[in-house]
Amino acid sequence: MAKAKTKPARFHREGMEVSIAVSHAVQLARAEAIAAYPITPQTHIVEHLSSLVADGQLEAEFINVESEHSAMSACIGMSAAGARTYTATSSQGLALMFEILFIAGAMRFPIVMTVANRALSGPLSIWNDHSDIMAARDIGWLQVFVKNGQEAFDHTVMAFKIAETPSVLLPMIVNLDGFILSHVVEALEMPDQELVDQFLPPYSPRHVLNPKAPVTMGAFAMPEIYTEVKMKHQVTLTNAAGRIQEVWDEWGQLTGRQYYPVERHLTEGAEILLLTMGTLTEVAEIAVEEMREAGLPVGLISLRQWRPFPFAALRAAVGDAKLLIVCDRALSPGGAAPPVLAEVRSAFYTQAQRPDIIGYIIGLGGRDVPPEAFKDIVAKAREEVTTGPTQEFHLYGVRG
Amino acid sequence: MEKFGYAQSQKYDTYASRLMPREEFFTSGHRSCQGCGEALAVRWVCKAIGKDAIIAHATGCMEIVSSGLPQTAWMHPWIHVAFENTAAVASGIDAALKILARKGKLAGAPPKVVAMGGDGGTSDIGLQALSGAMERGHNFTYICWDNEAYMNTGIQRSSSTPFGAMTTTSPPGKESIGQSTWKKDMVAIAVAHNIPYVATACPSYPFDLYFKVKKAIEMPGPAYIHVLSVCPTGWRSATDLSVRLGRLAVETAVFPLYEVEHGRYHLTVEAPRLRPVKDYLKPQGRFRHLREPELDFIQRMIRARYELLLEKCRQPYGEFATVPFTPEPEQEVA
Amino acid sequence: MSKPLEQTTWQEVELGGLLREPGSARAYRTGDWRSQHPVWTKSRCIRCGVCWTVCPEPAIIEEPGGYFDMDPNYCKGCGICAKECVTGCISMVPEEE
Repeated sequence: MAKAKTKPARFHREGMEVSIAVSHAVQLARAEAIAAYPITPQTHIVEHLSSLVADGQLEAEFINVESEHSAMSACIGMSAAGARTYTATSSQGLALMFEILFIAGAMRFPIVMTVANRALSGPLSIWNDHSDIMAARDIGWLQVFVKNGQEAFDHTVMAFKIAETPSVLLPMIVNLDGFILSHVVEALEMPDQELVDQFLPPYSPRHVLNPKAPVTMGAFAMPEIYTEVKMKHQVTLTNAAGRIQEVWDEWGQLTGRQYYPVERHLTEGAEILLLTMGTLTEVAEIAVEEMREAGLPVGLISLRQWRPFPFAALRAAVGDAKLLIVCDRALSPGGAAPPVLAEVRSAFYTQAQRPDIIGYIIGLGGRDVPPEAFKDIVAKAREEVTTGPTQEFHLYGVRG
Repeated sequence: MEKFGYAQSQKYDTYASRLMPREEFFTSGHRSCQGCGEALAVRWVCKAIGKDAIIAHATGCMEIVSSGLPQTAWMHPWIHVAFENTAAVASGIDAALKILARKGKLAGAPPKVVAMGGDGGTSDIGLQALSGAMERGHNFTYICWDNEAYMNTGIQRSSSTPFGAMTTTSPPGKESIGQSTWKKDMVAIAVAHNIPYVATACPSYPFDLYFKVKKAIEMPGPAYIHVLSVCPTGWRSATDLSVRLGRLAVETAVFPLYEVEHGRYHLTVEAPRLRPVKDYLKPQGRFRHLREPELDFIQRMIRARYELLLEKCRQPYGEFATVPFTPEPEQEVA
Repeated sequence: MSKPLEQTTWQEVELGGLLREPGSARAYRTGDWRSQHPVWTKSRCIRCGVCWTVCPEPAIIEEPGGYFDMDPNYCKGCGICAKECVTGCISMVPEEE
């Protein structure tokens, strides 16, 4: 990571594993305190951060905690004492953190966390799907998904700026698909330290544990006030959408890479839309391009911003398409629909004009999703529209 | 304060109270039960840690009675996150203070970090986080308020509940004598982490408690203090007996007061002649159902354990070895 | 959040439920719980301060002259002070209706 000394070089291109890129983003963001526990497939991120700290390339305290529960607890302590705080986890680790995630959100600590998404046990599976984060969708954090290494890098840097905004002060998760993304090598454009410093000023906490101005954090609430405390959190989280876009725009100006809460690919004139998140988006892009060439009016939208849920942007992106096929990477056993489908459907329920919405669950527990799968799904969904729905949702490719 | 040092504190000097700091850091208006031994312990611990400290507190009695919106009984910067993670929260605070000090972002010396939790939050659900924090060597002091059951949720047994005690989940009955297991030895667990300072204390000996806490927070690295806290509500004892019962626990050797400094044991309050354990058990309703065989067993166990403790105190060597870490200078090759 | 809880709106809730006034619990008067209270017999009081030392609230205040008395705002009437008094100069007296 030799940095150019001459002024004009603000970026350089480098090939590296995405996990390493994420840890460099944390380094460039000058994270000060990290508490993490190793879990596949998050390990390369924390290993590399450990060595950056060990080599003095990142001036930070790294606590090798004894569990993810303690990782998130320590992160709260770090953030409460005024340090810029980062952690990363996956799957079972996120599940073990579960209790503390809500508290970190409610206590308004701007912790940034990478979740290398992985299936939840059981059976034990170290491979990718979104069941870990979907189980934690109501934790009261800001959440985004990324589809490639460059996005993983960019969103990690931006997450600190968004989370630490005084009007926001909420923790933020950057979701990236385990193995499929975390372990691939990509060519990335890396900004130099000066540019990141200019973009991201040092963290100045609003409230901090300090004997010179003592505060009590984490008081309990009687029924008379609990609802008001939750409302404040809800409104703050929802309103954070504006700030998220502001920060993304600023980054877009600096880097030329512009991000939106809902992104579109070949949606012009599309009557059929696929909706994906994470790395599925890149695969679906290929499928959509091929279907377009074959004359099918298919387009693609992807949800980048998961919390707060981008209702308006989603409705705008869907426009007057006739069929919307929502691709989930998690199951909600016994539920009305898989998580993304459920929320997308409810986003359109109040709309006078709405598309048919059909849901497919794909790629569970690391099962490969080739572009052909999307073509197949589109064909099946088109048929279903004519015959009427056969099921609430479909578990694509399941045998038997 | 200089005139009244640690050595003098060993004697329960009637006028010693006059020499103690008046400033209160755990204020009145907290909602503990009448005669709460734990609140008294908190009061003295908070005095001992002084102004320049940050407290992380576990969910439990002392959290609930002191921090309901919109009021707090704490004068220190104070944080409560959850039940089982206080030591981890304190780890994070310690780490943050270290890096902020290194980066010049802290004015003056970093404040002391103190973690507090009940016996359930320490010896049961919080044991893992505490073990991790002690093993990692964070510079913090952990205080366990041991009232020997989950009092906050309605007197359920914990691993710290003494043998024979009645709780709502260890009720005596035809097939039960109450708590059927011996109290978990948290002090031994803390000592096994080779940390520089471990002690027992009781607010019935406030000066002993006070100086142990002072010693603990000044000691670099982790320190653990296990504070027996009489709970009239859970122990079914008269509210005015809270201080006396603590003294009886010490005088009967049910709860000896000692410290383990760098692995070396010594008693801080000596009982030249032990009182019978019955003197301690009798005023407590939670032991009312016990009969002679159980009482006899408890007496013999207490005696055996006390003798083992005295033996440890007599050892000329410590429980573990400590060697100061000073890297050897590189040898020049001749 | 200085307003009573039941009048506080969500806009007025502090960031993350933070409490900025240390020791604000003093506004809550636990003295209402009391069914008895300590009374000092000054002639026997040696002004040692043991009562002050053992009060869990704390609800014992030192008066000018070095004698002690209860703070009626906070004393819950547990009776520890009376039990522990070195000279036995404190007696517990039932509250009048």
